[in-house]
Amino acid sequence: MAGRVITITSGKGGVGKTTATANIGIALASQGKRVVVIDADIGLRNLDVIMGLENRIVYDLVDLVEGSCQLRQAMIKHKKFNSLFLIPAAQTRDKMAVSPDDMVALTDELRQDCDYILIDSPAGIERGFRNALEPADEVLIVTNPEVSAVRDADRIIGLIEAADKGPGKLLLNRLKIDMVNKGEMLSSDDVYDILGLEIVGIIPEDELVLSASNSGIPVSLNLDSKAGMAFNNVARRMLGEDLPFMKLDAKPGLLRRLAQFFGGN
Amino acid sequence: MRDDPFSIKGSNDGLLLSIDTSESWQTVTRALADKLDARKQAFAGAIFKVELWERTVAKSELRTLRAILERRGVTLSLVRSASESSLEAAKALDLPTELSKRRQARRRRAKSSPKTVLRKMALGNSEEAGSPGIMFRRTLRSGRTIHSDGHAIVFGDVNPGAEVSAVGDIVVWGSLRGVAHAGSAGDETAVVCALEMRPSQLKIAGLTLSQDSAKHQQRRPAIARIHDQKIIVKAGD
Ligand SMILES: Nc1ncnc2c1ncn2[C@@H]1O[C@H](COP(=O)(O)OP(=O)(O)OP(=O)(O)O)[C@@H](O)[C@H]1O
Ligand SMILES: [Mg+2]
Repeated sequence: MAGRVITITSGKGGVGKTTATANIGIALASQGKRVVVIDADIGLRNLDVIMGLENRIVYDLVDLVEGSCQLRQAMIKHKKFNSLFLIPAAQTRDKMAVSPDDMVALTDELRQDCDYILIDSPAGIERGFRNALEPADEVLIVTNPEVSAVRDADRIIGLIEAADKGPGKLLLNRLKIDMVNKGEMLSSDDVYDILGLEIVGIIPEDELVLSASNSGIPVSLNLDSKAGMAFNNVARRMLGEDLPFMKLDAKPGLLRRLAQFFGGN
Repeated sequence: MRDDPFSIKGSNDGLLLSIDTSESWQTVTRALADKLDARKQAFAGAIFKVELWERTVAKSELRTLRAILERRGVTLSLVRSASESSLEAAKALDLPTELSKRRQARRRRAKSSPKTVLRKMALGNSEEAGSPGIMFRRTLRSGRTIHSDGHAIVFGDVNPGAEVSAVGDIVVWGSLRGVAHAGSAGDETAVVCALEMRPSQLKIAGLTLSQDSAKHQQRRPAIARIHDQKIIVKAGD
């Protein structure tokens, strides 16, 4: 197997990276894929909580790169899916304990018997971000439909492109359709107009997300959750299905299409 | 606008001051001093080459020109002329010199028979000179900058928070939403054009387009240039 490494990152913090990593990981596993999710947010780990695996942690990412444990020992199997594993971040250590080269070595090992390796990046542009970016085959940038979040996303995309990891794809999270329709929130077209990257998912605002995080059972397992449905659709698109968005917005503007026609972005 | 008895143009390696007039040297230098004083920040620190064409300029006249430039923070780096005596005068002032291109061309042509000229024009001389610049083939994003010592072409958008500057012209094949500064070394003939003109700031030479003038925001292809000491934005149809 030659697994794909997908790094989930953002410009602004708190936009939903960890939520997206957990839910896409679960959705891919429920489609029968072998998946490892890595929490690269050292010192601020929470992917384990959201996935309900907090109590099972013995070894973490730092133990692994320092050689204090075997790869298998640091991979925590999900309660429901046999093909889904978590490598948790260290809670007490400094982010300098892991280097970009460590991450490349680790993911190269994981690639051999996984389909997908998802890396939950910390916010910001420091070491943790570099750690998460270095091994990436593909980058998923999470943003909210707010001017400041989009501006920060643009900045991080610039850095990703400068590191030759571009262009990346977009996940638009916490969209409130009623506010968009009233013109009070940026639409997916507005976001596309500024960032110009392919949008692989539009996740609606859904209060079930928070309660799911607290219970350790992510929304992608909840058939009543719209956000959960949307995350499942993201996974199916990643697997090559051509699914329409659960959305009501129109197509890109004429000018944009003109520029695209001539090969711009 | 009054016609200056000289022109200042950006090239890929600085600015070229071209003096091609029959006006007196005093008229030329006074007009030049006025021009530089009106655009102080734009020209301070600039490097000028001067092109004198066929004009015979005395050593004392050249010295005056150099003094006027230096007093305004402008360095005279080279004197180009087709006149032997002007070149001698420049050398006597320790200024680097170069033969004017126009005269080089004439000399070459004078040597060749009309027939060979014709043949040359048919075969090799179809090529226009143009001027160099850099091409950036994607969107310039927030926090990223481009500078060109010639022209700058962005094949994509210039996003809010991004900045593109060029000694020459700026062409954006996309939406200009960040900062653009054309003629950054003082060339007032420089232009900025974009498929969508919505800059957060637009500068040409030493002039700035005020942001509040919403009528300058064009969602259509538009071009900005200096006219009557002001930047004007015109949408194409
Ligand atoms: N679609 C959604 N609907 C409602 N709430 C959401 C949604 N997505 C995320 N949230 C909430 O937003 C908060 C931040 O989410 P999350 O922790 O995933 O962000 P993050 O980008 O990983 O943050 P950090 O930068 O701190 O790592 C959480 O409280 C989460 O429950
Ligand atoms: Mg997080």
